[in-house]
Amino acid sequence: MKPTEEQMKAMLRTMLTIRGFEATARALYTANWESGNFLGALHSYEGQEAVATGACACLRQDDYVFSTHRGHGHFIAKGGDIKAMFAELLGKEAGCSRGRGGSMHMFDPGKGLMGGNGIVGGGIPLALGPAFAANYLGSDQVTVTFFGDGASSQGVFHESFNLAALWDLPLIFVCENNRYAVGTPASQGISVPNLSVRAAGYGCPGVTVDGDDPVAVYEAVSEAIAHARAGNGPSLVEAVTHRHSTHCMVMRETREEPELDKMKEYDPIPRFEQRLQESGIIGADELTQLKEEVSQLIEAAVAFAENAAFPDPATVADGLWVG
Amino acid sequence: MAKTRQVVFARALNEALREEFERDDSVFLVGEEVGGIFGVTRGLDRRFGEKRVRCTPISEAAFTGLAVGAAMVGLRPIVEIMYLDFVTVCWDQIANQAAKLRYMSGGQISLPLVIRGQQGNLTREAAQHSQQIEGWCAQVPGLKVVMPATVEDAKGLLKSAIRDDNPVIFVEHRGLYDLKGPMPKGEYTTPLGVAKVHREGTDITVVATSLALQKALAAAEALADEISVEVVDPRTLVPLDTETILQSVRKTGRLLVAHDAPVRLGFGAEVVRAVTEEAFAALQTAPRVVGGTNLPMPYSSVLEDACIPSEDDITQAIRQVVKS
Repeated sequence: MKPTEEQMKAMLRTMLTIRGFEATARALYTANWESGNFLGALHSYEGQEAVATGACACLRQDDYVFSTHRGHGHFIAKGGDIKAMFAELLGKEAGCSRGRGGSMHMFDPGKGLMGGNGIVGGGIPLALGPAFAANYLGSDQVTVTFFGDGASSQGVFHESFNLAALWDLPLIFVCENNRYAVGTPASQGISVPNLSVRAAGYGCPGVTVDGDDPVAVYEAVSEAIAHARAGNGPSLVEAVTHRHSTHCMVMRETREEPELDKMKEYDPIPRFEQRLQESGIIGADELTQLKEEVSQLIEAAVAFAENAAFPDPATVADGLWVG
Repeated sequence: MAKTRQVVFARALNEALREEFERDDSVFLVGEEVGGIFGVTRGLDRRFGEKRVRCTPISEAAFTGLAVGAAMVGLRPIVEIMYLDFVTVCWDQIANQAAKLRYMSGGQISLPLVIRGQQGNLTREAAQHSQQIEGWCAQVPGLKVVMPATVEDAKGLLKSAIRDDNPVIFVEHRGLYDLKGPMPKGEYTTPLGVAKVHREGTDITVVATSLALQKALAAAEALADEISVEVVDPRTLVPLDTETILQSVRKTGRLLVAHDAPVRLGFGAEVVRAVTEEAFAALQTAPRVVGGTNLPMPYSSVLEDACIPSEDDITQAIRQVVKS
């Protein structure tokens, strides 16, 4: 399936929001760090916006997403509230996890956002659950589990794929292959050139797409979703993409200049803007206006978060158990 | 007193599962060869079908993760780990995911999940099939840890665990499966977090869990003419009913904790900590813990027997605490 023109415009808006969010989050992180406050690890999604955007554009609100340590993009693309996200980053009570989770643990179950994960591959077996529940309850909801090329080397990826295939679970494995597992290049960590071939090992469809093109991601994921909703079980979509910055804010960059320079060529946002302009889907003025709107929303969200209250330490045990 | 009937421990667990399956369609069971091995789940597959009694591949991480995820969206999964020793291969799903997801979500999700299975010794299966995992689990904030020691509690506690909206690790000792005892007729549950005084006494409090409770009760009976022993079963390690233990120690002035798990940094040490902090003045003698050795479980029967406290070991420890 191809996205409509309206969907493509919405996708550009999502990508600009993710980029703006991450740039602002990095600035907040740096400013806080300089004054002695750590805001966790902060794994930037800059450069990978097309993957979350293309994949989540195919989903309904009642479909589920299991995210990763690098999860801000998934949260925004699935409809999460950026005010609550900034508040979470700053450890505020108004945060999307009440300041208990932080960057890697943002939840909004009402929107199908079932959390990021601090363990590489940790979300993959959990994602089997809502997929199992859909079959158990007879609904046509699907679940998407995002994970990186690094997580594809974890045992849980293989166990989970086997079980999902065995039980025809409506689960879409979306591998964001940014070619680095923290700092280890894929060539030193993965035994095959394209991860999508691993789906064949479980008798399932697997496809590799340009993960810097949201339309290519949309087309592949929508096909995988149709397959899952029809009761045919899981698929693997490998989206090859590029991480613009270091693994996370507390780690130094290990890649060399020439490689980092190429990130500008891969950057999904200028590519997509150009495509929408050339095909007449968005005009120059409308694009300028869109960017202005996005930056105003981000500014307002940061102001909301900065003014929000910290949790009351007396409530520290809230939420451990029901009852 | 409600009427009772005599059943074996494994059958009591089986009845708890049957009743909760009947009561709530969202309850389902996953695990390896469920419906068969050890008899606890026997016949559930025929009664409730493979939709709700799911045999899995040998993929503990995947099926435990599945259960955690299914609980996140409102189902009530029960996971059977064939030997609880195997929690090591799904420890991430238990300790990093099930235990923490609700808290990390700011309380937005709940995890009505039971992870149950059998553990312990007596079958001479060596070090990877003879461990006690309750201490590992009790160290992880967010998990409830339940250890039934009697037929009545086996059923009542399992029913409560299934109805609880939080992740519960339900620890069964395979040495108890054939224990016959009275079980109340009809519907009942046993609350989590409430200890039970099994035998009243005035000279010493013995706190004992799981199979060690049965050994402690036998020791108390054998000592009846010599020492008046009060025997307390905490029944759940987390949350722990410290108050019942403290009340007992304030009455008897002496404390022994008995369990099969290794003593080092174990449950007994925790009980001694709580009692010395809260009721030090009541203690007439030094409290003591009798438990497993700090060794991987050896295979040979004579070596295995040397690693787990026997009824006689508990008897001697009671005498030592009382007469020191």
